[in-house]
Amino acid sequence: MFKGIVYAKSFQLAVALFILLLLLPPFVPRFYVYILALIYVTSLLAMSLNLLVGHGGMFQFHHAVFYGVGAYTVALMLTKTRMPVWVGFLAGPIAAMFAGLVIGWFCVRLTRLYFGMLQISLGSLVWAIVFRWYRFTGGDDGIHGVPMPPLLSSLNRSYYFILIILALSLMLLYLILKSPFGSTLQAIRDNPDRCAAVGINVRRHQLLAIVVATFFAGIAGVLFVVLERSVFPDLLFWVLSLEIFIMCLLGGWFTFAGPVLGAAITVALRTFVGIYTEYWTLILGVILILLIFFLPEGVMGYLLEILKPRAKEAAGRRE
Amino acid sequence: MLHVEGVVKSFDDFKAVNGANLVVGRGEIVAVIGPNGAGKTTLFNLITGQLQRDQGKILFKGEDISALPPYEICHRGIARSFQIVNIFPRLTVFENVQVAVLSQQKRSHDLFSPAQSIAVEKTQSILESIGLAGKGKNIAGSLSHGDQKILEIAIALGNEPELLILDEPTAGMSPEETAATMELIQCLARTRGLTILFCEHDMEIVFSISQSIMVMHQGRTLIQEKPEAVRQNKEVQEAYLGGE
Repeated sequence: MFKGIVYAKSFQLAVALFILLLLLPPFVPRFYVYILALIYVTSLLAMSLNLLVGHGGMFQFHHAVFYGVGAYTVALMLTKTRMPVWVGFLAGPIAAMFAGLVIGWFCVRLTRLYFGMLQISLGSLVWAIVFRWYRFTGGDDGIHGVPMPPLLSSLNRSYYFILIILALSLMLLYLILKSPFGSTLQAIRDNPDRCAAVGINVRRHQLLAIVVATFFAGIAGVLFVVLERSVFPDLLFWVLSLEIFIMCLLGGWFTFAGPVLGAAITVALRTFVGIYTEYWTLILGVILILLIFFLPEGVMGYLLEILKPRAKEAAGRRE
Repeated sequence: MLHVEGVVKSFDDFKAVNGANLVVGRGEIVAVIGPNGAGKTTLFNLITGQLQRDQGKILFKGEDISALPPYEICHRGIARSFQIVNIFPRLTVFENVQVAVLSQQKRSHDLFSPAQSIAVEKTQSILESIGLAGKGKNIAGSLSHGDQKILEIAIALGNEPELLILDEPTAGMSPEETAATMELIQCLARTRGLTILFCEHDMEIVFSISQSIMVMHQGRTLIQEKPEAVRQNKEVQEAYLGGE
């Protein structure tokens, strides 16, 4: 299935990294296992957003909503119903995807900044409902102590589960990006008018992209519950949406794995600088300013550029 | 094949197209000429659905297409290139054309098969027929202006149109490039059985390759005739020589 669309070297590197991370838990302190797992969850969220922002050119400003909807759905299913666990785990992404379909259906009627503004408004509406509806969602207290099956009973087991789901999701996202759907999406990013002129229904294509992206955001939401066993309204707050948007820019939004790097940097900063000062976002701000001036293509974009001078030369010579 | 009858389009108070009539028969090469601002590009935008007409009829193969969105019109068999280069700058040359081919084959929504093994032959054959085969892997935004204009046409061919509309295909090209491009267009019309509607400022080209010429002036159609008849028409001479 992947034949021809991945470079052998990057594939080997990814597999090696995956095995290394899989073997890690017994050898590192519990705290680091937790931070790594949190990075994986956030990475998947940022990757799902980047499908829209980096590859689709859509200003999905309030993406955290779908993460929150996924997380709340699974938390509610597991605390308030007697459904089997796997039903809850499936319901999370599906509910997120449904929310994406409804909100997206309105948003794709607008373009660029107007798309973003409407997306923020509709998303904030969902946040307000979750925040206020004490009886059902627990309001600002959220829901705590979500029961997990024995298979996910310890932190290390949750770590393995999260890592494996992340790896599978990234493979799927990669396939999707390299599919006809993915290349058409990138064409829409570059030039929506021309796409319409070659027979592409731009709105429908964008809506499908939103549905796919919100599905993966829902998976990230489920993984968050697996890790934390609790949910709270901050998961749907616009501040988190802004953070993941920054992760995409930071990592490199035109690259495939850039958002993973962006998520790792942001979560690490929040954790390790956050120990010393609650104003860790100040450091993030400075980094962002430097980034805009020196690495406009993001950290990953920059790395790829210095790693591939030869390929570029060859392309230049042919011209 | 294409009938445009009494089409009107205004922007606020300005009537950009004010009574345009055009007939294009199957297999013909038809040119639209007129001074700058005569409404040629607006007329093309109306035919391909980028703009909606205020009045009048646009019939393609007997069907009224004037209220359809651009992607529907494209699927009925009309493809176009743009006057100002309008490509996908971050994609490779190959991918630029492939997007159109995928759309033509209705595979744009395919989520899980690798795109690089779909529609490859078709895309490659288009690139070869138009002389860009060697540059398939280049990023489209890095091509020279002349090559980008050729790529414009290649993207349009990806849709396998019956009617190809070219809006100033040689704008900004050197005289040599212009000659080569016009040669190419004629060759495409012959080998692919395309019907071509185009506009162009170089009168020598227009009169040498088109079977029928429509003259526009201030949004209005003056006449549509064979080249010799157009050359001798008084109104046309006035529009071009006097008054402007």
